[in-house]
Amino acid sequence: MIGKPLRRVEDLPLLLGTGRFAADISLPGQAHLRVVRSPVPHGMLRGVDGRKALSMPGVIGVWSAADLDLGPIGFRMVAFPGMLPYRQPVLAAERVRYVGEPVAIVLADDPYRAEDAADLVELDIESLPPVLDQLQEPAQFDDQNDTEALLHEDGYGDVGAAFAAAPHVVELTVTVGRHTGVPLECRGALADYRPGAGTLDFYGAAKVPHQNRLLLAGLLGLPPQLVVLREAHVGGGFGVRGEVYPEDVLVCWASRLLGRPVKWIEDRNEHLLAANHSRDQVHRIRAAVLADGYITAIDDEFWLDQGAYVRTHAAAVPTLTASMLPGPYQIPAYRVRGHVRLTNKTPAGTYRAPGRYEGTFARERLIDAVASSLGKPAMEIRLSNFISPDQMPYARPMSALGTDLEYDSGDYALLVGKAQARFGLAELEHGLAARRALGEAVGMGCAFFVEKSGLGPYEAVRISVDQSGHIDIITGAGSMGQGFETVITQICAQELGVRPETIRVLHGQTDQIEHAMGAFASRLTVMAGSATLIAAQALREKALAAAARMLEASPRDLELSDGAVRVAGDPDTGISLAQISEALRPDQAARWGLEPSLTADGWHTTDHMCYPYGLHIAVVRVDAGTGQVIAERLLVAYDVGRAVNPMLVEGQIVGGAAQGLGGALLEEFRYDDAGHPQCTTFMDYLLPTRAEMPPVDVLITEDAPSPRNPLGVKGAGEGGTTAMGAAIAAAIDAALGVPLGVKELPVHPEAALRLAKAARRESTSEPGGA
Amino acid sequence: MDGEIAALPAERGPSAQAVTLTINGEPRPLRIEPRVSLLDALREHLGLTGSKKGCDQGTCGACTVWVDGRRALACLTLAVTCEGHEVTTIEGLSAGGELHPMQAAFIDKDAFQCGYCTPGQIMSAVALLDEGHAADDGQIREWMSGNICRCAAYPNIRAAIRAVRDAAGGE
Ligand code: FES
Ligand code: FES
Repeated sequence: MIGKPLRRVEDLPLLLGTGRFAADISLPGQAHLRVVRSPVPHGMLRGVDGRKALSMPGVIGVWSAADLDLGPIGFRMVAFPGMLPYRQPVLAAERVRYVGEPVAIVLADDPYRAEDAADLVELDIESLPPVLDQLQEPAQFDDQNDTEALLHEDGYGDVGAAFAAAPHVVELTVTVGRHTGVPLECRGALADYRPGAGTLDFYGAAKVPHQNRLLLAGLLGLPPQLVVLREAHVGGGFGVRGEVYPEDVLVCWASRLLGRPVKWIEDRNEHLLAANHSRDQVHRIRAAVLADGYITAIDDEFWLDQGAYVRTHAAAVPTLTASMLPGPYQIPAYRVRGHVRLTNKTPAGTYRAPGRYEGTFARERLIDAVASSLGKPAMEIRLSNFISPDQMPYARPMSALGTDLEYDSGDYALLVGKAQARFGLAELEHGLAARRALGEAVGMGCAFFVEKSGLGPYEAVRISVDQSGHIDIITGAGSMGQGFETVITQICAQELGVRPETIRVLHGQTDQIEHAMGAFASRLTVMAGSATLIAAQALREKALAAAARMLEASPRDLELSDGAVRVAGDPDTGISLAQISEALRPDQAARWGLEPSLTADGWHTTDHMCYPYGLHIAVVRVDAGTGQVIAERLLVAYDVGRAVNPMLVEGQIVGGAAQGLGGALLEEFRYDDAGHPQCTTFMDYLLPTRAEMPPVDVLITEDAPSPRNPLGVKGAGEGGTTAMGAAIAAAIDAALGVPLGVKELPVHPEAALRLAKAARRESTSEPGGA
Repeated sequence: MDGEIAALPAERGPSAQAVTLTINGEPRPLRIEPRVSLLDALREHLGLTGSKKGCDQGTCGACTVWVDGRRALACLTLAVTCEGHEVTTIEGLSAGGELHPMQAAFIDKDAFQCGYCTPGQIMSAVALLDEGHAADDGQIREWMSGNICRCAAYPNIRAAIRAVRDAAGGE
């Protein structure tokens, strides 16, 4: 069962149109909330006048910051005390800091009416000049603080000495633009506070319901057990969905105030203004290099455009950028300084492969620069700098997401060799060279990366079998539509020898299990998968112990297969799990000295992450007339340790690759000089469609299982994305014959045309150059 | 794809009107304002939440339904203009609990992840075959281009369409 491409168990409702996404859920008597948002990037908020809105039919009320008694939204991840002043208030009080910032709310009996009324709320805002560039010197944020929320410094080894001694120093500045997850389902929330009972039910939770319960309960001053978060179907997460945003707090607050359910459904325009942006980093990076291409040190300084506030992720992105930047290479000395700067744009958070997409782009462009300055092939530079298998586990004296950075396993050169053979890279390059000779601008680029996955510290699973033999697996970890239920089902079915159809996976409901971390950082298969295995093993022990009483045999002589316990070698003795469940009534269990119910809990805890790795290869063509970059093929080789379901791993990788491609060629949040967002619809924020999506070939290997969990698995959620920007950049260079031409993502057609022109100039003025 | 905003019948005012829509073969009377989109009428007034809203601006295809058998974006269609026309939604596709071959092919080819775009993809895909626009990959690419999938299950969606096309052709 494990390792098989089992068809997904969660498909049916999604195909029939009976899925329950947040917007599909309604409660009797619900009111509809609409957020009034700041139309200006930066200004002093002098007044909010809701009188006109209040006079509209169906309007229940208008509220602004002065009516709220709520603190700012707290941090969930890696936080430094110095970042506290930059937390986002639920509603802007004195100052607005980005277009789209919530300033007031309108509640009405109908969503159309709420929206109409929100348009009539008058805001008195005195505009201030906006800050729009993270490279600009820090400006004033408030009376006590400037706009540099964090200067994160880290590293190890003697960087100064390495540079002083190096025969070559290679330096460059690269930029990754502002883009983000943009799931097809917008966000939504429905809060149901019951006066009298004092309970709050929240529908539309995702990703980290248990952690969000603590945050929300804390903000509202309610005991966490009275707050129940319920995850419904989730139309894509990608890091963006499922954080606590102002709107989540507002529906809860309003429901308690009104004593009735309150629903908020985001529209697309709002989503592009209000949900976390991501990326947007500028790196100035240099390498100290020996004559043979060995890199003795990397020194990186980067600037991250955090947008207007620091949200729930706090310092997760800059610290991950810093710690994961050295990637697969040894790098004996490393120094990194990351400036987290506030601007007047939508706040930023994590997006699939956060910090790694950016850091990998910087590092792999640096490798390409080293290669071109030494006149060697880039792959040769990579191979001579790789951490070798006999150095594993490899500790870099730094930390990542609060864990010691220690790569668990890997054979990077082996993966390169396998990819070259499987994809026929030499012939592919040969064919491209022939096309180039005929005048086509085509090229191939590669980039190698290390991912991280399976972040701890824990995940829990409870398995219970009812009197019919049906099995429920309960976990607090959420599903984002990635096939999680299937993977968990496979692991349990294998261990208990039962059919997948008898299993249901329940997830993301905070009243069903006490502890959970959630669905992020490619951790689910590693953490919840391992916990499932451990729980299933415990359940098997319990079934054997009970069956031993029923059969008057020794548990040692029993075996569990096909959903029944038998005396080994005696096929006629079978007792089904259903019968065992029935027998484990409290009275009988007590007589047997067993705990009642055929139920078992499993925990997986860990202090370390796992580190999968991969090679991305892109083949592109640049249209000489329009400058459009067309991705012809993407190839991904990825070592996942062990694939529980290769079909789902492949789906994750293809989807991730498309998002990596989007960030490299299409997706960008642009702002005009006055700070107004220019990309607020799908007409301006371009997602990859079928037209841009090339064939993606995936090679999944299992050469380096993780020693850190009982399944040997590593995560697969982000490995399609990580190095795609770097690979596409290298491919464009190759197509145009400009070494290190691409220093900025996304590559718009104008940029490609400029590069092509530069290449022509170069070849006419300096024959044989470059 | 039919995506124009239909003109308002001149005689109707802005307040709620009685309308009877024919949805999946059944007459469904309701009272709605003329400005209510077909998508909102289905989802908010008739409890048919299978059609999805990804943008409400005609740019993603998640809301694709059929009006008289032709594809339409329900977010750009005013519900009142559908009176006298047959509207078919994802809920009406699998008659009698049997999966439509396209739905079965979506499972078999792993043609989705989160499933949010899926009802729209399926309504588009089935119509594509009826329209005769699935002869080759280029046609599929062109005629399915209005349906965005952020999970990028595009290659597998194409595989599902091909499978249904080839099975039908082989009969
Ligand atoms: S919701 Fe209709 S096209 Fe997006
Ligand atoms: S399956 Fe998620 S958007 Fe298509």
